[in-house]
Amino acid sequence: MSKRRTERLLSIVVLLLSSRRYLTAEQIRAAVSGYPEEQEAFKRMFERDKEELRDLGIPLETGRASSFDDDLGYRISRQDYELPEIHLEPDEAAILGIASRVWQSAELAGAAAGAALKLVAASRDADGEAAATPPLVIQPRLTTQEPAFGPLWEAVRDRRPVSFDYQASGRSEVTRRTLEPWGVVNRRGRWYVAGHDRARDAPRVFRLSRVTGPVKLEGPPGSVQVPAGTDVRELVKDWDKPLTREHTAVLRVRADAGSALHRWGEVTPDAERPGWDRVSIAYSDPDWYPGYLASYGPDVLVIDPPELREAVIRRLKGALG
Amino acid sequence: MSPQPKSTPPKNAQPKGPQAKSAQPRMVTSAERLRRLLALVPYVSARRVVGLAETAATFGMSERELIDDLNLAWCVELRAPEPYCPIDLSYEDGEISISQAESIARPLRLAADEASALLVALRMLAEAGGAGQPGASDQGAGQPGADQRGGGDAVARLIAKIEEAAGAAGAASAQVAIQIDSAGARGTAAALNAALSAGHRVHLRHYNHGRDEETQRDVDPMRLLVVEGRTYLEGWCHRAEGVRLFRLDRVLAVDVLDLPASVPDEAEPVDVDAGLFRASPTDVLAELELAPGARWVAEYYPCESVTELPGGRLRVGLRTPDTTWVRRLALRLGEDARVVAPPALTDEVRTAAAAALAGYA
Repeated sequence: MSKRRTERLLSIVVLLLSSRRYLTAEQIRAAVSGYPEEQEAFKRMFERDKEELRDLGIPLETGRASSFDDDLGYRISRQDYELPEIHLEPDEAAILGIASRVWQSAELAGAAAGAALKLVAASRDADGEAAATPPLVIQPRLTTQEPAFGPLWEAVRDRRPVSFDYQASGRSEVTRRTLEPWGVVNRRGRWYVAGHDRARDAPRVFRLSRVTGPVKLEGPPGSVQVPAGTDVRELVKDWDKPLTREHTAVLRVRADAGSALHRWGEVTPDAERPGWDRVSIAYSDPDWYPGYLASYGPDVLVIDPPELREAVIRRLKGALG
Repeated sequence: MSPQPKSTPPKNAQPKGPQAKSAQPRMVTSAERLRRLLALVPYVSARRVVGLAETAATFGMSERELIDDLNLAWCVELRAPEPYCPIDLSYEDGEISISQAESIARPLRLAADEASALLVALRMLAEAGGAGQPGASDQGAGQPGADQRGGGDAVARLIAKIEEAAGAAGAASAQVAIQIDSAGARGTAAALNAALSAGHRVHLRHYNHGRDEETQRDVDPMRLLVVEGRTYLEGWCHRAEGVRLFRLDRVLAVDVLDLPASVPDEAEPVDVDAGLFRASPTDVLAELELAPGARWVAEYYPCESVTELPGGRLRVGLRTPDTTWVRRLALRLGEDARVVAPPALTDEVRTAAAAALAGYA
């Protein structure tokens, strides 16, 4: 059954690629084996075949078969169908092999592998010894375990607005968000979607693992305008801009502990206490730093500033239970 | 039209040997099969003659499946206006050739998903390899070797070629960004890639964050991995006498030694699919109760169990061979966390907190 269907679809592709004219459904039926006699059954089957060909990315064009004829016809323009000329060197083919194994989810792995096969098929020069010894010895992996990834990838690709339920970090309540997505970003192994939040009327970034429930498409393809000059890479960089370390802490650190503090700080032996150092160190985030220093336990003592000292004492008292 | 396919002895079609048997025919939809055929015919056609085994390997199918596909293509017949068979091919003595492929001699263009998935993967590869990033090579430890530059160059060349061939189909890939590691890790990646290509041992200065400890070790590199957005070196560690993973952004310095790497035969690569940090049943199960402000812990660390408690609180179970880092985490979280089990760890956290507070008294 499936074999006959493949054969029929392949025949249609060959037929329509070889014809310059639009061929009507009846002409296609006459040329291709496997369609039923009965008219309604034929129509249904032909509709399914057209859909399947379009899903594969085959540019099936529709037009008037002739000026005397009202019937619609079909053809495939060779120029739109064929992959442009491309020649890969053996080392490029080897890289292609690594790249086609990056995605771990079946759908995108299949898409990447399908693309790689087309490119290799077109390049006879790609076969060679270098293909056996790749010039890069690295295996990146991209996983997409978040259920929201699939629909959001499609929404970004097709420029469609979406809505979803979202549980923000550190909150237990869920809110409904409507977003015009500009891009998806993987930062340190975690997926985010960035875009225009309609209710907030401002750009927002959402973490995919905090999207609860299904993602709903809210408009037709092409209905999202990504503002000119938006670069999702820039959105990522924004969160990662160099920190301004405008605060300075003075610490007492046990000489044989706190290796990171010793590495980054200005260290002088503590004259008052043998076995301890005085470390002067710059930090950027007054909310985050007290916790970091508290994690050193009795190996680190904050001398200055007083608010940092107080914050560390508060953490330690909290840990005392 | 050549009679070969049908008259070829069916020996190739018989599964033989353990390898052929292991290649179980997978259910393939008619669309998938058509997609494969539309690449297979151009593949053979561009090469005039190509090995059956090599082709099957390239397309990830068994030789039997390949022969089924070839027969299918050969059987295509158009009945009107006059009957003809557009595809003519033969396979014999383990070789395939196509003498006529008609209108499908060229592969189909890349679809949007195909082009985007591949371009995103390649850009990630460029970033991970420390290649194609302006200035990446001059801020790292060690010098990238000629091999590495060649590799990075190949990635950049390939990206440019695919962008051109894909045209508009690749456009969506600009809306997907992958960010891994820090700039320093990229420099280290370049040095390690050079060591791997040359097969050299390396000397690492490495920082263990959980224990706040710096160590020096000689490692015979096995491979570089990028998992969950971080690059790791997997190698045989002479200090631990075992396979270890080193996160590159915690490698403080790397020296490529003038010694050949010799990875012992018993060194088993880590099965990344099973997770990077696989807990062993002999590990300690540490259980923490987290206030809403510390819920991030459940997302950040691989937890064995996560249970919602009233008021947005969470109870998480972490299995680990060494609880040093859990003690440090509990001190960091302060009143936002409480170690529930094991009792010894609860005591350790209290003792450490009390000792630290004594310093302020």
